[in-house]
Amino acid sequence: MSHHHHDPLDHEHYLNVSYGVKSWLLTRDHKRIALLYLISITLFFFLGGLFAVLIRLELLTPKGDFVQAETYNKLFTMHGLIMIFFFLIPSIPAVLGNFLIPLMIGARDLAFPRLNLLSWYIFIIGGIFTLTAVVTGGVDTGWTFYTPYSSTYSNSAVVLTALGVFITGFSSILTGINFIVTTHKMRAPGMTWFRLPLFVWAHYATSIIFVLGTPVLAISIVLVGLERIFGIGIFDPRLGGDPLLFQHLFWFYSHPAVYIMILPAMGVMSEVITCFARKKIFGYNAVAFSSLAIAILGFLVWGHHMFVSGQSEFEGLIFSALSFMVAIPSAVKVFNWTATLYKGSISFHAPMLYALGFIGLFTVGGLTGLFLATLAVDVHVHDTYFIIAHFHYIMVGGAVMAYFAGIHYWWPKITGRMYPETWARLAAVIVFVGFNLTFFPQFILGYLGMPRRYYAYPDEFQVLNVLSTAGASILGVGYLIPLIYLLWSLRYGRVAGTNPWNATGLEWQTPSPPSTENFEAPPRVEGEAYEYEEVKVA
Amino acid sequence: MPDVTTTPVAVQFDDAEQQRESATIGMWVFLATEVMFFGGMFLGYAVYRSSYPMAFGEASRRLDIVLGTLNTAILLTSSLTMAMAVHAAHQGKRRQLVGFLIGTIVLGSAFLGIKFYEYFQKFEEHLVPGRGFALEGADPRHSQLFFSFYFAMTGMHAVHMIIGIVMMGVLIVFALRGKYSERYYNPVEMAGLYWHFVDIVWVFLFPLLYLVERA
Amino acid sequence: MWSDLPLFPDRASSVAGDVDALFFALIGMSLFFATLIFFLIFFFSIRYRRRPGRGHADHVHNSIALEVLWTGIPVCITITLFVFGAMVFMRLRQPPPDALSIYVVGKQWMWKVQHPSGRREIDELHVPVGRPVKLVMASQDVIHDVFIPAFRIKQDVVPGRYTALWFEATKKGEYHLFCSQYCGTQHSGMIGKVIAMEPRDFEAWLAGSTEESPVKAGEKLFSRFDCTSCHAADARQRGPKLDGAYGHPVRLQTGQTVTFDDNYIRESILNPMAQITEGYRPIMPTFQGQLSEEQIMELIAYIKSLTP
Repeated sequence: MSHHHHDPLDHEHYLNVSYGVKSWLLTRDHKRIALLYLISITLFFFLGGLFAVLIRLELLTPKGDFVQAETYNKLFTMHGLIMIFFFLIPSIPAVLGNFLIPLMIGARDLAFPRLNLLSWYIFIIGGIFTLTAVVTGGVDTGWTFYTPYSSTYSNSAVVLTALGVFITGFSSILTGINFIVTTHKMRAPGMTWFRLPLFVWAHYATSIIFVLGTPVLAISIVLVGLERIFGIGIFDPRLGGDPLLFQHLFWFYSHPAVYIMILPAMGVMSEVITCFARKKIFGYNAVAFSSLAIAILGFLVWGHHMFVSGQSEFEGLIFSALSFMVAIPSAVKVFNWTATLYKGSISFHAPMLYALGFIGLFTVGGLTGLFLATLAVDVHVHDTYFIIAHFHYIMVGGAVMAYFAGIHYWWPKITGRMYPETWARLAAVIVFVGFNLTFFPQFILGYLGMPRRYYAYPDEFQVLNVLSTAGASILGVGYLIPLIYLLWSLRYGRVAGTNPWNATGLEWQTPSPPSTENFEAPPRVEGEAYEYEEVKVA
Repeated sequence: MPDVTTTPVAVQFDDAEQQRESATIGMWVFLATEVMFFGGMFLGYAVYRSSYPMAFGEASRRLDIVLGTLNTAILLTSSLTMAMAVHAAHQGKRRQLVGFLIGTIVLGSAFLGIKFYEYFQKFEEHLVPGRGFALEGADPRHSQLFFSFYFAMTGMHAVHMIIGIVMMGVLIVFALRGKYSERYYNPVEMAGLYWHFVDIVWVFLFPLLYLVERA
Repeated sequence: MWSDLPLFPDRASSVAGDVDALFFALIGMSLFFATLIFFLIFFFSIRYRRRPGRGHADHVHNSIALEVLWTGIPVCITITLFVFGAMVFMRLRQPPPDALSIYVVGKQWMWKVQHPSGRREIDELHVPVGRPVKLVMASQDVIHDVFIPAFRIKQDVVPGRYTALWFEATKKGEYHLFCSQYCGTQHSGMIGKVIAMEPRDFEAWLAGSTEESPVKAGEKLFSRFDCTSCHAADARQRGPKLDGAYGHPVRLQTGQTVTFDDNYIRESILNPMAQITEGYRPIMPTFQGQLSEEQIMELIAYIKSLTP
């Protein structure tokens, strides 16, 4: 335990056990690897965010007058690619999952630490290829790479980008393998499946998608690359190919990919809400099985991206029905989290503010998903700003807020220090307000008919676009504030101690920060998860 | 109780058994990802074959069925030598283990040699998709599609075989250094699983590509 | 609404009302559940906030009944939404048999419209009010999409095949037509105008041009490219008879049966070996590269006219 000398964090822990670049770049410690990911994805987040700023600046006026059309097309493509593949998909799993899963189950590390480090290197290499594409002219196909535009017509760095995304996919696959094996084989004595924190269940379900979905994206991209390089015709109709085959292959991964992005966020929610309501989760089994249901059903709905693609009505009907079904387990989770608040003892620290914001915004995003599953409505709003609003509510209002909730909640465990609470609450509120102002007008724009990926638009859409850009500037401020105070807290934050939140969970039984091997001896688990009623508050 | 002096156990594991079981599950999950990877190509192939059966039949008949059959036999034999290698490892017989691994590498290399010879043949016959493609047939566009899939699928398969052969090489080096014994030979087992998987993929590729409309 | 801040699109087609009704039903349902959740969160947050005397939570039992309830009710709601959404969708997708066919070719970055009377337009589409119109669409290059927000309809335009959409305009006026499948640099410039006119004005407008009808142009192409040498309705028949064939089933050599429709004709012209009619030898040459999309549409219009 810590001794209170002049350096309050003077016990040996994973950060100070060794110094030097080599000790970080060759580490096998899942906690250090998590931090390597944290730094990398933060850089990508701000790059993707910069592209978003430029997009919103262009959209202040109906005419295309800020950047050229081709530049704009590259901006939205790269914004999407970077945010999805280099920020959202790794964010919670590779940072929080890597750091916490061994701690939560009472293990010394993941099952395959070297594979874990390799996963980060692969991520970086893929990132370098993609960044090279960005700086050598960019790619303008949209993150969705539809053929034959991407395979034949585009004059941009398609192959380089495809290579980058292809490589990065293996990073996901390795993480997924690691998490699955770890959850099966590395649990401490007494840690049965149904005593696991729901965060672990969520990551297990996510890992199923990682391993079964990502390879299909890989092969789709390989085929586009081959078509582009060798002029073969798999998706090019002039050579006998079918452009819709690409769409089927692409969306077979890319729909489950959105569940990769939201399931871990839901896992964070279960941890944060129970802690700050001081109450066990309502409906543990329901929430755990919902994660699995979302992962499985998520593989069956890809065709809802293709209702107007030329797909048959029959396919449309099937995918619409299945898409409604996949909404149900998410609704179940929202109800269970809300019920967890009932008769709780609720405090409003920053993680909880982000979590409550998540429930609200995810609910809106999820409900608008029902609009899209409804065939006749989707025909009208497909490829409009309605879609953009829908997925940003879930990805940003949902996943990013959950990521921030998790970063704040576990910051003391990761760094040994507390963040400044007042600034954190302020930032959470700014993000919430800025987010809604940015994206709610886009629902209206979408139903009005403003198509997405439009660099110039009819005059009557301007007011709503100006509102949206105003919101984006507020949102940007809300994201910059944590960057500043989190860095500040590394040096000046209050020392956290082992369990500043009085939370349950094995990770809170270790020092803050934990030692390299996490536990001196494997802990024995006797109780159920979230036994907040047994916790005596000091 | 496994003898810890001869079985190296990584620090994250409690014991050798946990290590072995973890590696095994890991390999099976990895093979599942490979199924999905090849599956995408199989799906694309199936879609086009059902749409253009005659063009695909015509194209398939241009493949060398003798070489294809020979390759199938070679690869199946290499799975046998691989299984024998695992068996030898299980029995702690180092020389046999190395011998069978070498045999597997030789057979695998023979497969690749024949495969690349077939590619060369196709190149000479102007059957490589792209600019130089020329097929005297009723539906050359869709026959070219067949060859696109042929090269993509067998090429991807060949890449996996090369990786497998390299893995065997590493195993041989470690085996010669005395790393494996009847108590610890899990990496050999895992490599065996991988090799059998690569073999099974070929067992599907061969009839799908070579045996279209051969009746 | 205020012209500077529109909040809802014009409603100008026969299906727009149904689509909007579904939309409002969804809004109502969403408002209900969102309000319920937000209210509960607010209420619980305040009522059960941490304060002296409330340092602990109370014990609450799980409830299977509640889980079943809040799983079951969403299931019922989603089934209802699915059914109504599907019903309107099927109506959206099935053009009435007497719809007026207009051909549209999309290319980077413009729309070329061909009326059966012969009149052509670029980036504009004149249609009559009160009459079903079917757009038969092809792309010359990449995937595009025809989206007319006021009509609430949208359909991708895919290279290599024909796709179609239909509508019946109910209100005269000018409406946006957007390309809504990203297609390259000038994607956002690929905007057109739909001009819905009273039927009499529409006829007058059509008559205001002396261009050749597609059927006539197709007839000329039919003889220029020597289709008559195999497909003429006489004893020299080397290819299947085309008179009266449109819309009917065709039995192929492979045993499959397909419909003699626009896509079938197009495939037969460009890739004759893919779908050979039973009983005929594979001797039709391909016209790939010799005909533009518009010319193919003209041939199809002519062949269609051979079936009363």
